Amino acid sequence: MRHGKYPFIIGFLAAPLILYVVFVISPYLQAFYIALTDWRGITATPNFTGLDNFARLLEDDVFWAAVRHHIVLLVAMPLLTIAIALFFAYLLNLGGGSRGGRMNGVAGSTFYRVVFFFPQVLAVAIVGVLFQAIYRPDESGVINGVLARFGIEPIGWLTNPDIALWSIIGVMVWQAVGFYVVLFSAGMSAIPKDVFEAAALDGAGRIRMFFSITLPLLWDTLQVGWVYLGIAAFDGFALVQVLSVDRGGPDNATTVLPLEIWRNAFNFSKYGYASAMGVALFFMTITFAVLTLRVTRRERIEY
Amino acid sequence: MSHTADTPGAITRRQLFRRIGLTALVAGPAAGLLNACATSGGGAAPAASGSAAATSAANPLGVDPTKPLEVVIFKGGLGDEYATQVHQPMYKKMYPQAEIKHVATQQIAQTLQPRFASGDVPDMISNAGADLMDEGALVAEGQLLDLTPLFEAPSLDDPSKKVRDTLLPGTVEAGMIQGKPYVLKYVTSTYGMWYDANLFQEKGWTPPKTFDEFKAFCETAKSAGIVPYAYAGKNAAYYQYWMILISAAKIGGNEVLVNIDNLADGAWTAEPVRQAAAAWAEIGPYMGKSFEGLIHTEVQTRQNQGKIAFYPSGSWLENEQKSNTPPNFAYAIAPTPSVTASDKMPYEAIRVAPGENYIVPAQAKNPQGGLEYLRIMLSKEGARGFTEKSGNFTVVMGATDGLELSPGNKSVAEAQKAAGQNIVTHSLFETWYKELETELRKQTNALMFGRISADEFCEKMQAAADKTKNDDSIVKQQRSI
Repeated sequence: MRHGKYPFIIGFLAAPLILYVVFVISPYLQAFYIALTDWRGITATPNFTGLDNFARLLEDDVFWAAVRHHIVLLVAMPLLTIAIALFFAYLLNLGGGSRGGRMNGVAGSTFYRVVFFFPQVLAVAIVGVLFQAIYRPDESGVINGVLARFGIEPIGWLTNPDIALWSIIGVMVWQAVGFYVVLFSAGMSAIPKDVFEAAALDGAGRIRMFFSITLPLLWDTLQVGWVYLGIAAFDGFALVQVLSVDRGGPDNATTVLPLEIWRNAFNFSKYGYASAMGVALFFMTITFAVLTLRVTRRERIEY
Repeated sequence: MSHTADTPGAITRRQLFRRIGLTALVAGPAAGLLNACATSGGGAAPAASGSAAATSAANPLGVDPTKPLEVVIFKGGLGDEYATQVHQPMYKKMYPQAEIKHVATQQIAQTLQPRFASGDVPDMISNAGADLMDEGALVAEGQLLDLTPLFEAPSLDDPSKKVRDTLLPGTVEAGMIQGKPYVLKYVTSTYGMWYDANLFQEKGWTPPKTFDEFKAFCETAKSAGIVPYAYAGKNAAYYQYWMILISAAKIGGNEVLVNIDNLADGAWTAEPVRQAAAAWAEIGPYMGKSFEGLIHTEVQTRQNQGKIAFYPSGSWLENEQKSNTPPNFAYAIAPTPSVTASDKMPYEAIRVAPGENYIVPAQAKNPQGGLEYLRIMLSKEGARGFTEKSGNFTVVMGATDGLELSPGNKSVAEAQKAAGQNIVTHSLFETWYKELETELRKQTNALMFGRISADEFCEKMQAAADKTKNDDSIVKQQRSI
């Protein structure tokens, strides 16, 4: 059997590996090369320009605006999403207190669990169109229509440069929360019930239980959630594209790197420059992922 | 239909093709490469392969009356009846012995690219639709016929006039590639401020002729509960910068726009641009902030509902809004108001820009026939027939006189007549320098919604133009008219 093992394994691995190399690795490598050229998408032989594109990046206001927005997104989006998702997950799983020695969720928690997941099922484009109506800047918008009943002037959710980005973060959080409620619920149900029972016997309240038991024992799941959300914070393309004024406006107030990459490549035919942005984005994402995993590393609790 | 290219929103495939085509055209190295590959060799357009018959006063282009003619028409929004029922019968009448082969397709490139490769090309092509051919690349390969003989030939209606003199000013130039007219742009779009003539009549309003009148009008409309003027900031900021640029051209003449296209030093900080920006910035506050977050269809629908008085757009608007327009709504166009008393162009001056491309292949078997076919299209009878069949205006001046038109088209015809030779040209930087155009959209919104002053607008745009000028990765283009 031994001599036949390797061909067997290789036979299984070859197809996915080749597909991965051809469709993922090689475009990556090509992007790194294109980033060093002035390719405009037409010629077969782009000129090699060294680090010119990267030098240009440093002086590009729009690029830096996008980077700043990613930093805001990176801090605000995961924090808000995780906080809200944890809160809901706790309510759904353990918030009902213990009954008959078992921890229960609040009444109707199975129903809410399904409802929370709805936004996750919707395509991002649909979410974008939905929120277009919700955020519409005059009385015909859902939010402004309600505000108008109370005599409040319409708010330019997406037209006021000071709040436009936050409006879009709001949509991202709204869409992400459902998934993380489910993720954290799964994590919570994996925590042995006797730990809670013991804590309850010792007189711990719900809040104490949350911070002293649930949160530490959920740490691995949280960490994964944080990395996922962080990587999502480097995207945001579809929502910004659909929702923002003039794609990334007003005055660059909502632009993100994927949008600028798209604009430079397909609008300006500056594939080289767009690739340079892509490379910059690649390193930002990698750095974030590595940093998060390092910083949040803790001793694993075995149970 | 061609006008999709003018409607805002996502880039249509056609625009994308156009842009790629344009880049191909300006990409020097690429053009060189293609030239080297072309079997015909050399950059100049090769002589037409078909042999010409002797020219005469009646047959100035030297058409061989017995040769068959093959015409390929893009059958899109304009249909192809204008070809089969108007232009082809006219050709047949002039050359009864010639056999006409009519090909209608929606996939110009797929149908024709292989034929270009094999040298078996038709004699006239309407190059349009999502799959149009890249004209820049065709010129680089020497595949297109220089249309100069057509424009220099006497007009069918009046042999004492050259064809070029019967067309709207700027038509020939609009079809230039590398300094030669290879493309006939046949259909025109007229730009201005659109309003409901019936609403204005009912209220006793008339379109303002100066910006002072415009501001007074804004107050009047506002007190009547109607938004005086609005555009869609979310995806159609360019509708507004058209108006600013048209005003600038009216103040300082078309050279203002030429300078902008040529990235001339100080083109944006020039006095006419500053005055135009300042004048329009005063109109912005009447609109209200919410319009920055609306898209063009939302704003256009509101106009149809009688909530907005003026909306800046082009002459495709009436057709675009057909299904939403209430029966008592009559579209009409007004020129942009005069900014100063010393404007170089009168109030009546209006922007009319040609589009919809027609080409004659250089390797055609009957290129003279192709040119003659275009000359027929450019006759008054041919142009009128086109307007009747397709609902669109052509570049032929005065062709629609006495024709039954829709309210909007009627108004366009009147406006063009009033404008006469005072035509504001179209800006080419919009397609030449997409980055500059993107910046202009951004700054136009900032100006109109009160975040920057006219001076800042000019400075920011000048900075963006200088950046484009100094970016050696962008190939520069020039126009002289």
